[in-house]
Amino acid sequence: MAEATTLARLLQRNARDLRDRPAIREKDRGIWQTWTWGQYHDQVREFALGLAALGFKRGERLSVIGDNRPRLYWAQVAAQCLGGVPVPVYQDSIAKELAFVWNHAECAVIVAEDQEQVDKVLGLRDQLPALRLVVYDDPRGLLRYKHDWLRSYQDVQELGRSFATRHSTYFEAEIEKGKPEDVAIICYTSGTTGNPKGVMLTHANAIGIAEAFRKADDIRPEDDALAYLPMAWAGDAAYTLFLSLVVGFCANCPESPETVQRDLRELGPTTVLAPPRIWENMLTAVQVKAADAPALKRWVFERFRAVAERAEILRADGKPIPLGLRLARMLGNVLVYTPIRDQLGLRRARWALTGGAPLGPDTFRFFRSIGVNLKQVYGSTETTGLVSLQPSAEANPTTAGRPCPGIEVKIADRGEVLVRGPVIFKGYLKNEEATREVIDPDGWFRTGDAGFMDPRGHLVIIDRAKDVGALRDGTPFAPQFIENKLKFSPYVREAVAFGHERDFVTAMVAIDLNTVGNWAERRGIPYTSYMDLSQKPEVCGLIREEIRKGNETLPAATQIRRFLLLTKDLEADDAEMTRTRKVRRRFVSEKYAAVIDAFYSGGHTVELEASITYEDGRTATLKSRVRVEDVGPEMTARV
Amino acid sequence: MAVVSALLEIREVSKAFGGVQAVTRVSLEAQKGEILSVIGPNGAGKTTVLNMISGFYHPDSGRITLEGRDITDLAPSRVAELGIARTFQNIALFRGMTVLDNLMLGRHVHMKTGVLGAFAYWGFAQKEEVAHRKRVEDIIDFLSIQDLRRRPTGSLAYGLQKRVELGRALALDPKVLLLDEPMGGCNHEEKEDMARFILDVNEEWGVTVILIEHDMGVVMDISDRIAVLDMGQKIAEGAPDDVRANPRVIKAYLGETKTIGAGGSRG
Repeated sequence: MAEATTLARLLQRNARDLRDRPAIREKDRGIWQTWTWGQYHDQVREFALGLAALGFKRGERLSVIGDNRPRLYWAQVAAQCLGGVPVPVYQDSIAKELAFVWNHAECAVIVAEDQEQVDKVLGLRDQLPALRLVVYDDPRGLLRYKHDWLRSYQDVQELGRSFATRHSTYFEAEIEKGKPEDVAIICYTSGTTGNPKGVMLTHANAIGIAEAFRKADDIRPEDDALAYLPMAWAGDAAYTLFLSLVVGFCANCPESPETVQRDLRELGPTTVLAPPRIWENMLTAVQVKAADAPALKRWVFERFRAVAERAEILRADGKPIPLGLRLARMLGNVLVYTPIRDQLGLRRARWALTGGAPLGPDTFRFFRSIGVNLKQVYGSTETTGLVSLQPSAEANPTTAGRPCPGIEVKIADRGEVLVRGPVIFKGYLKNEEATREVIDPDGWFRTGDAGFMDPRGHLVIIDRAKDVGALRDGTPFAPQFIENKLKFSPYVREAVAFGHERDFVTAMVAIDLNTVGNWAERRGIPYTSYMDLSQKPEVCGLIREEIRKGNETLPAATQIRRFLLLTKDLEADDAEMTRTRKVRRRFVSEKYAAVIDAFYSGGHTVELEASITYEDGRTATLKSRVRVEDVGPEMTARV
Repeated sequence: MAVVSALLEIREVSKAFGGVQAVTRVSLEAQKGEILSVIGPNGAGKTTVLNMISGFYHPDSGRITLEGRDITDLAPSRVAELGIARTFQNIALFRGMTVLDNLMLGRHVHMKTGVLGAFAYWGFAQKEEVAHRKRVEDIIDFLSIQDLRRRPTGSLAYGLQKRVELGRALALDPKVLLLDEPMGGCNHEEKEDMARFILDVNEEWGVTVILIEHDMGVVMDISDRIAVLDMGQKIAEGAPDDVRANPRVIKAYLGETKTIGAGGSRG
């Protein structure tokens, strides 16, 4: 494959070598529709020529916004074939964020999924001087829209077909001009501080990550993957675009975000990539089903679940599994594990990856124990989504795995993880200064994560390097590490820990409305809203116990002493979190300064004034008095 | 089109229940492709008019024609076959059946396979089933209820049931869609969704819509024309702005008043 040095050439190669093999599917009208690599190529070619007919030139940028749809992927590949650069954006971004990205990247073309997305563009059009053309996929509700800059996807393809009769070799000639060092995609990182940054990934990066992954794990052309993660996330680009093009496996687009779970089951993908939240939701679903099952079934489930977990713990510790336990596990496999895997759509999965954030050890162990080969992967947008991966035999809930072949990792002072290799990005768009800050002259990229290498050679990530602080007595304080201990509880949705230059550690906790709501219903505790539920004394007691459980796994000095239950969840729309749900620490500590103050001044209540940003940009304020709670020592008799 | 002929024409229909004169000599015309709203205070006879169109009641006098064909005395099933579908004020779905089955049932008038034929499922019956399923899938896609296909309708939220009910009526491939308070009991967001679906049905599928609705904001926004009934009689008809300003309408809604601004948009 020496000649396939760009994604466009990989497409040509696939269209030749894998012509009749499935490349992408979409569930439409309840049925999976398949396009082969030959058809994929032709679709991309027609759309690309249509873009060319409309004046799209090398280096121009094309944005896509919407759910995972084959046409949106084709539009991105089409841009790449013409030497343009796709810029996928998060479809749930608020207008201000979209305007920033589209302006910053000077997008000339936006391909929108449907009326909802077109309306967003429509609302911002005056602020987007570079925008020339908007293309929509689903025409529903758009017939009334008459603008010369708005066209349907078919319309553009039609133009492409007639353009092809006049310029029959244009597409191929443009692909010939492509070079591996050309930018292949710009993914915006949500950035925990300031505006998002445009991470430029080249064709060489794209192929680099695919090759590194292929050497580290087993991936085959006949594999099926579900393409359901946001297209703007580098992980999806790496998986659904880069890996799929390099390896030739089939990406499957679900019918709608609401049907993902059912589609997953129908499809039974052979490889799965999912962030921790999805795994947690799946586990919760299993537990809820089990709790509602008849007594006998529940008993069988609990019994064999315990068997599986005991066996898994022994395996992870490298100890032998006794014969009796092994036999019980075999029986459990028939009665319990395989049916659960089947229900979840994980029966065919040879491996499953979790990444982007830490996954609770209990959740991790559950999936491993029922026979899902779940492993952790580590990477960031700047590393094209991949640095390290756990080999199947060494899967465990604490490490980030071994650096993939060809990718070097070293630990700098203050524990910061540095990475070098073919996956390191070209730079931030229009921001050389920021680029120089993170890539040193020798090519080492500063991930900003603090971590260490364990004796086995696995990378372990503790926290963001800049967030690692110290208590007043000098004890190192890694907030995320502590927050994750709390977030492993099913009742805690978000947590923010404080303690830098303080005497002790405190935390703000946002409860999970679903699980806590369910818990309250089971106990007959009435509630009206998130705010009401979060301030129930019983809920407070529940969370206190969860914090105690988390504290047990923490060194005494960094145990949480005081906490407060937030009256609303932390939200990306309120700028408290990034789109990928990482806490924007500085912003939060400014916004909740009064809370921090109350934590350390010994106050018992605090006025919370939460401003909320709705999706349309309007804001509202919620005021309430909230209690500050002490975790306190374990008490046998509670008042 | 040189001559504008009404798709559905109602000529001077009257209906009495015992001694109560529910509808008196009401005439309405629905032009092809329009959204005609029928409004009026409670008990004005709106639903009775819909019931007469759909064949549930037969008028005491007067005629109703669809595309020039007299449908006055036809049975509801015949009226449905001719292309008039309706939804009900209080949802009429099979609660224990799935969304998909309810919609497939809506296709019933178009199915030709009889009971015996259905036993020999392969061949024509199967082909027919596939064709109808395809149409139903279009409707599921149109109403964005892909995730509800296999859910029993009784387990759905009220607003979603209303949506499924609309789907059941659409499954008939109607020329005329009669909607009896499709937004009754819905919250603001559900109303917005429903208004959008009605507009889309009308514009993209060319279905003529006759709408009874209490939310004046919605009625004024989406109707091409409005007819106002009061005490069983038509008291006004015209474009939304004309109707809004009509003194007889204001009187019917607000009772006797001295002067009133033209801006009242609440019913």
